[in-house]
Amino acid sequence: MSTISRDEVARVAALARIDLRDDEVDRLAGELDVIVDSIARVREVATPDVPATSHPLPLTNVFREDVPQPALPVADVLAAAPDAQDGRFAVPQILGEE
Amino acid sequence: MTDLTRLSAAELAETLTRREASSVEATRAHLDRIAAVDGDVHAFLHVSEDDALATAADVDARRAAGEELHPLAGVPIAVKDVVVTKGLPSTAGSKILEGWIPPYDATLVEKLRAAGLPILGKTNMDEFAMGSSTEHSAFGNTHNPWDLDRIPGGSGGGSAAAVAAFEAPLAIGTDTGGSIRQPGAVTGTVGVKPTYGGVSRYGLIAMASSLDQAGPVTRTVLDSALLHELIGGHDPRDSTSIPEPLPPLVEAARQGALGDLSGLKVGVVTQLQGEGYQPGVLARFHESLELLTKAGAEVVEVSCPSFDYALAAYYLIMPAEASSNLAKFDGMRFGLRVEPTDGPVTAERVMAATRGAGFGDEVKRRVVLGTYALSAGYYDAYYGSAQKVRTLIQRDFAAAFAQADVLVSPTAPTTAFKLGEKLDDPLAMYLNDVATIPANLAGVPGISVPNGLSDDGLPVGFQILAPAKADDRLYRVGAALESALESTWGAPLLSRAPELSPPGSPRFAAGTREDSETLG
Repeated sequence: MSTISRDEVARVAALARIDLRDDEVDRLAGELDVIVDSIARVREVATPDVPATSHPLPLTNVFREDVPQPALPVADVLAAAPDAQDGRFAVPQILGEE
Repeated sequence: MTDLTRLSAAELAETLTRREASSVEATRAHLDRIAAVDGDVHAFLHVSEDDALATAADVDARRAAGEELHPLAGVPIAVKDVVVTKGLPSTAGSKILEGWIPPYDATLVEKLRAAGLPILGKTNMDEFAMGSSTEHSAFGNTHNPWDLDRIPGGSGGGSAAAVAAFEAPLAIGTDTGGSIRQPGAVTGTVGVKPTYGGVSRYGLIAMASSLDQAGPVTRTVLDSALLHELIGGHDPRDSTSIPEPLPPLVEAARQGALGDLSGLKVGVVTQLQGEGYQPGVLARFHESLELLTKAGAEVVEVSCPSFDYALAAYYLIMPAEASSNLAKFDGMRFGLRVEPTDGPVTAERVMAATRGAGFGDEVKRRVVLGTYALSAGYYDAYYGSAQKVRTLIQRDFAAAFAQADVLVSPTAPTTAFKLGEKLDDPLAMYLNDVATIPANLAGVPGISVPNGLSDDGLPVGFQILAPAKADDRLYRVGAALESALESTWGAPLLSRAPELSPPGSPRFAAGTREDSETLG
C-alpha cells in the first residue's frame, strides 16, 4: 500500500514543473515509497546530537578579483537556444492573463 | 605491424614519441574499430571523426617540427556525453538536450585539447547519469563487450565499454555514486573516482553537485594515473576545486608496479562483503587479498557500521540535489522547447510541457522524489537527516583510516546482469552501488581494478579507497595488485574477452560465452 497518494505526486510534479500523464502519476505514486523507507532508515541513526555535513571536504568561500572577464560569444550561445530575437533569448510570456 | 588499438595508452604514447606510428594512424585505427564493433556495442552516441583526425594531424605536424609535446599527445580519447564539448553534441543521454551543441568546453576538455588528445566522440550513459546500466539512456543502451546481452554498468557504461572493446585506449567518466567504478568492475577495466574537487567540475552537466566527480576510465592503472594527472588540479572556475597540487600519481603507479607493499596496512571493510555478494565475487576478493599479503601488505579488518545507512542517505541527497540542478532545463536557453497543447502559452507551462516530453522515466522519478524531499516541511527531516548520516560515514572513514592506509572491498556485489533484468526494480538496481556510494558521501578517492572472472565467466572488480587527497595510494596499491594478478594470469584480463564480430557477420551474443569463443 502506497503511503504517498496520487494527489501528492501530482502536487509535487507541479512544483517540479513536469507535466505527467495519468499513467505516470499512478506509477510514481507506487514508487515514491522508497523515500519513506529511506527516511525511516536514516532516522535510526540521525539523532539530534549529530551535526549535518553538507559537503565532503571542509570549504571556505572562494573570492576572485572583481575584474571583468570575457563572456561567451552571444551568437554562439543563441545559436543553441530554442528561440532568439535581437541578440537575446526569446521566451514565452512570463505571466498569465490574470 | 602492431594493432594500435591493443596497446595501452602508455605504450601507444611511447610508440608515437618514437615515431613508429603517427597519431593519424592511431586515431584512424580506433575509428575503424568503432566502425567495426560499435554497431553491436553502442558505446558511442556521437563519433567526431573529422575533429579527431584534425587534432591528430596537428599533433603529428607539431611533433615533426620538433615541438615539445605532452606525453599523451596524439593518444585518442572518448568523452562521456555528460561533459560539454565545444562544437560537439552533448546530450547527457537525454532527449531534452538532443542536438545541443555547447558553446564552450569543460575545463577537463580544454586540458585534453591543449595536450593534443584527439577526441573520438561522446559516450553513452544513463540519462543525466541516473542509473547503473545505461538502460536509462534516451538513445538506447550500451552492450557489455564480454556478453552483448548484459549491461556494461552505469551510468558510464559507454566509456567503460569503449575502452573494454578497444574502441579507445582512454575515456572520461563521472562518478556520483559509482558510475566510473561499477562499469569498470563489470567490463574488466580500470576506473578511478578522484578525491572530490580533484578534477574540475566546470562544464560537467551536474547531477548531485556535492557528490559528482570526473575521472579516468582505462585498461591499466598506469594509464589512469597518466590521464588523472592531465585532467586534475585546481580550476578557479570550480569553487569546490582543491587548491593544492595533486600528489605524484604516475610515480606512485610505477612504484606500485614493482610489487613491494611492505609496511602498508590494508583494511577490509566488514560491512562491504558477505550477504548479497556473489560467491565468485567474494572468492576473487579473497585471492586478491592474499596477493597483497604476499607483496608485503598487512591485512586488517575494519568496521564502518554507518556504511549500512549510506544507500538510504544517498537516495535522499542525490535526488534532492538533482532536482535543483535540473531546474535549468526549462526550455528557454538551450535544448528542447515544447509548447503545451491547450491553454495559455506561458513560460511556466512551456517549462512543464518541455520537461514532461524531454525527461525520461528515471529522471522524472528522481526529480519528483527530490522535489518532495526539499518541499516545505520536509527539508530538515529529509535532506537534513541524510546529511547527518554523511557526518557518521565520514567519522567511520576517519576511524578506519587511523587503522589502515587504504580500505578495500569488492567494487560491485555481482557481475554484469542481463539487460532488462532489473529495469522494473529500481531498488535492486540501486543495490549495485552499495560498495561505491560511501566514498562519494565522504569525498574520498576510489579505484576499481579488474581482479578476475567470477564463476559465470564475467569480470569482477576490486575497489581500493584512500583518504581524501591521498589519491596516490590508489595507484600504488592498484598497480601492485594489477601486476601480481597479471603475472599469475600471464596476460591482461581483457585478453580473455570474446572477440567482437566483424561487420556483416552474425551477432554471437544470443548464444552462450562458450559459443562466442568458438565463433571468435
